[in-house]
Amino acid sequence: MIRINDLHKSFGQNKVLQGINLHIQNGETLTIIGQSGSGKSVLLKHILGLIRPDRGSIIVDGVDICGSSEAELNNIRRKFGLLFQAAALFDSLTVAQNVSFGLERYRDLSPKELQKRVKETLAMVGLREIEQLMPHELSGGMKKRVGLARAIAYEPEIMLYDEPSTGIDPIRADAINELIIKMKQEFRITSVVITHDMISAYKVADRIAMLYNGKIVAVGTPEELRKSDNQIVQQFIHGRAEGPIKEW
Amino acid sequence: MTLPIKSFSFHLILQQVGEVGLLFGRTTINIFRKPRETKIFIQQLEEVGVRSLLVVSLTAAFGGLVFALQTYIGFHRYIGVGSEAYGGPIISLGLTKELIPILVGLMVAGRVGSAMAAEIGTMKITEQIDALYSLGADPIRYLVAPRTLACFIMVPVLTLYGDIIGIVCAYFFNVGMGVNRIVYLRNTLLYLELWDVLGGLIKAGIFGIVIAIIGSWQGLKTEGGAEGVGRATTRAVVISSIIILILNFFLSKVMPERLGI
Ligand SMILES: Nc1ncnc2c1ncn2[C@@H]1O[C@H](COP(=O)(O)OP(=O)(O)O)[C@@H](O)[C@H]1O
Ligand SMILES: [Mg+2]
Repeated sequence: MIRINDLHKSFGQNKVLQGINLHIQNGETLTIIGQSGSGKSVLLKHILGLIRPDRGSIIVDGVDICGSSEAELNNIRRKFGLLFQAAALFDSLTVAQNVSFGLERYRDLSPKELQKRVKETLAMVGLREIEQLMPHELSGGMKKRVGLARAIAYEPEIMLYDEPSTGIDPIRADAINELIIKMKQEFRITSVVITHDMISAYKVADRIAMLYNGKIVAVGTPEELRKSDNQIVQQFIHGRAEGPIKEW
Repeated sequence: MTLPIKSFSFHLILQQVGEVGLLFGRTTINIFRKPRETKIFIQQLEEVGVRSLLVVSLTAAFGGLVFALQTYIGFHRYIGVGSEAYGGPIISLGLTKELIPILVGLMVAGRVGSAMAAEIGTMKITEQIDALYSLGADPIRYLVAPRTLACFIMVPVLTLYGDIIGIVCAYFFNVGMGVNRIVYLRNTLLYLELWDVLGGLIKAGIFGIVIAIIGSWQGLKTEGGAEGVGRATTRAVVISSIIILILNFFLSKVMPERLGI
């Protein structure tokens, strides 16, 4: 259970988050939609304690992330897997070393088990025989999938996906949707998925939240959002240039 | 009228000193903590040590040569023909206590300090530092601690190596100039003390820490794109070089001239 209460964050004059309130239930998949630059990635990084808020709190299973020391955060972070928007692979390490990075630290495995687990995880994201490649030898979509493998390898309880389908072809993007659904069904994983892709949002989400002007302006099931009479939501989910959202 | 000096605020400097101090403290703690990042540490030993050999060989050789040249001229001109052989201990003292530690420090700052700032800075702007945190690896333990320990060990090792190169080159210069090699050697061995060499190595160890901490600090502070990385790299070299030169004077001043009794 993640409770985000009245979260504020500014970078200089740029007020990015202006009072976010959001509760995420165990085992649910919550999708966050919103324009580019609206602060979705910033919000996600707050949940992991990578950015400290100016005000507000984030409670994960009863522990306040914002008031925790680095050592405490380190313990909390093993519950989480984060897929970065730009993959953020370690460019001095091979694919295999990248995927096993969290595994080595969070699980106690023999080198043989480790190798097996790396292979299995890569297969889950549809990648084979690339263990010894370096990140610069991969395409953008492959990097993203290696980033996903790295995050799910140690079987976290909560997965945070930052635009999992951006930069990936539609077929593979749908395979990732399937993976998100499968992880939820088989492992009861709680997921937060950031996306612009409404097809993906409808497919994976139990609930959808829309971030606009630093606040959550709407939250509900896909069906509720589709029927919402909020014009901001309607403009976004139908992808219209005309409407209350003027700046783009 | 507002003085421009005001914008160069004192508390900004204090804040930066605080940041460096904190980073140094946390690094020191992490050097002693287990598990250690042995693989990275060994890589860094190679990067700092082995890959600096050529640069250090050249600077030490020519540092030794030019120092020998001026000492020779000095003795020749002011004391007289035949006295040049007394230059041996002076050259060795100057090289081991001051010139070689400084030259090696500046060279490693240029070669390794800049690379650290660039590498860690690139990791920062491409979110690899955030990725380290998310995967349970503290960047200070994973990146800064092994680099600092490697520099602390390797800069003195390079300095000792540079001492030998410098002294040998100075010796051959003097022999080439017709100085009596027996007298030159005997004087050198008679007056050069172990402590002179050790003092230089201790300073070199401190320079190593300065190089790694300043390079890592600038790397971790990097913001913006490639431009930011460029800025961090330049700053790392300039700041650590200046600190090395200033610190060298004060260390030389406070270090006892000889050890013991
Ligand atoms: N580390 C940072 N420093 C300064 N500004 C930032 C930083 N990270 C994000 N921002 C700003 O916060 C805003 C939201 O960014 P982001 O969360 O990446 O948007 P998105 O919704 O597209 O993921 C942007 O205006 C961005 O410039
Ligand atoms: Mg984003």
